[in-house]
Amino acid sequence: MAKKSFRETLREWDEGNFDFTMKTAGIPLPENEDGKEKEGSEWSRTPHLRTAGSEIKAFSKLYPVFAGLLLFAVITFLLLVIVEMPPFNSPDTPANRSEVTWRYIRSGLSETGAVNIVAGVILDYRAFDTLGESHVLFAATVAVMILMLAKREEEEPEEELSILRNDLILQNTAKVLVPFLLMFGAYIILNGHLGPGGGFSGGAVLGGALILYSSAFHPGKLQKILNMKSYRIIVLLALSFYSGMKCYSFFSGANGLETIFGTGTPGAILSAGLILPLNIAVGLVVACTMYGFYAIFTRGRI
Amino acid sequence: MNYIEIALLGLLLICGIAACVSRNLMVSLIIFMAYSVIMSIIWALLRAPDLAVTEAAVGAGISSVLMFVTLKKLRDINHTFGEDQSGEEKLS
Repeated sequence: MAKKSFRETLREWDEGNFDFTMKTAGIPLPENEDGKEKEGSEWSRTPHLRTAGSEIKAFSKLYPVFAGLLLFAVITFLLLVIVEMPPFNSPDTPANRSEVTWRYIRSGLSETGAVNIVAGVILDYRAFDTLGESHVLFAATVAVMILMLAKREEEEPEEELSILRNDLILQNTAKVLVPFLLMFGAYIILNGHLGPGGGFSGGAVLGGALILYSSAFHPGKLQKILNMKSYRIIVLLALSFYSGMKCYSFFSGANGLETIFGTGTPGAILSAGLILPLNIAVGLVVACTMYGFYAIFTRGRI
Repeated sequence: MNYIEIALLGLLLICGIAACVSRNLMVSLIIFMAYSVIMSIIWALLRAPDLAVTEAAVGAGISSVLMFVTLKKLRDINHTFGEDQSGEEKLS
């Protein structure tokens, strides 16, 4: 085998013609001439040797011993931590002694107007964290798009997935379940400040419903509503709405100004100031992200 | 701690070990979904309903679907590789 530059080797590995572990496993490497594999070389005829060969043989005996030792060490460490922990519901837990906890519990309702204290914390006191999380989701989708959207319109990998589309059980289940799932997702989002739930979980339920629909039926109908263009518009509007509203609320709150979003009567659906619109924005971003992941992974486009 | 919680924690342990030990990745994924469902029930029993809802939706639903899609993609890659290299007879 001729000596190659690191870059060429890397490219071969990227194209799947070269496995770095082959060298250590002692299986002869394929002779690569002008970028193509020789016909009938032992390596190309037996692809199952690849998986067998990817185990590094020198360590195969010591591997279980070290894995066991590591596992034992981790389990011992975790058990020691558990021994040190205060018992459940005890008043001595660090969270109970913290000043912040009691502030949230005592004056959370009057300050944010949210009956659900968790919603008050994540979307009012700590709204900046949630903004960062939404942007992380957006950045993840962008990264997936950069990686998977490379091949454009001409390729249609619909054939492989069409087996799933004709499944009667899946279609009938989807027909029954999808409306209820959409309704339940909307309920979780809209009731985030009144009960358990909120933007993230409700958005995940909505995204799950969209995934179920698009995997059971032909995605053409869904694509009329939710395509690349509308995806961009929804995510852009939701994220910029969140950022703008939170800028306003932080500015007015920090300076003691009068806000146009009052806390309202606790328990009413239109209460808790900004929490309901922010929940809707987060829910839209999460639903679009989840569905976008699925669509890009299976079809290569939204 | 009542018996239901002990039973659920035992099931959680069984699911965790089974998900690691099972040879088939598909089976392991389905066990992982069961793990998430049990975990969400435990969150609800620990009076964290927000976490329970999120765990059920994200842990059991979305992440499993994404892992199924990834598994399908991996199988596709292996399949096309086997056809290209005419190694099908050796494998079967």
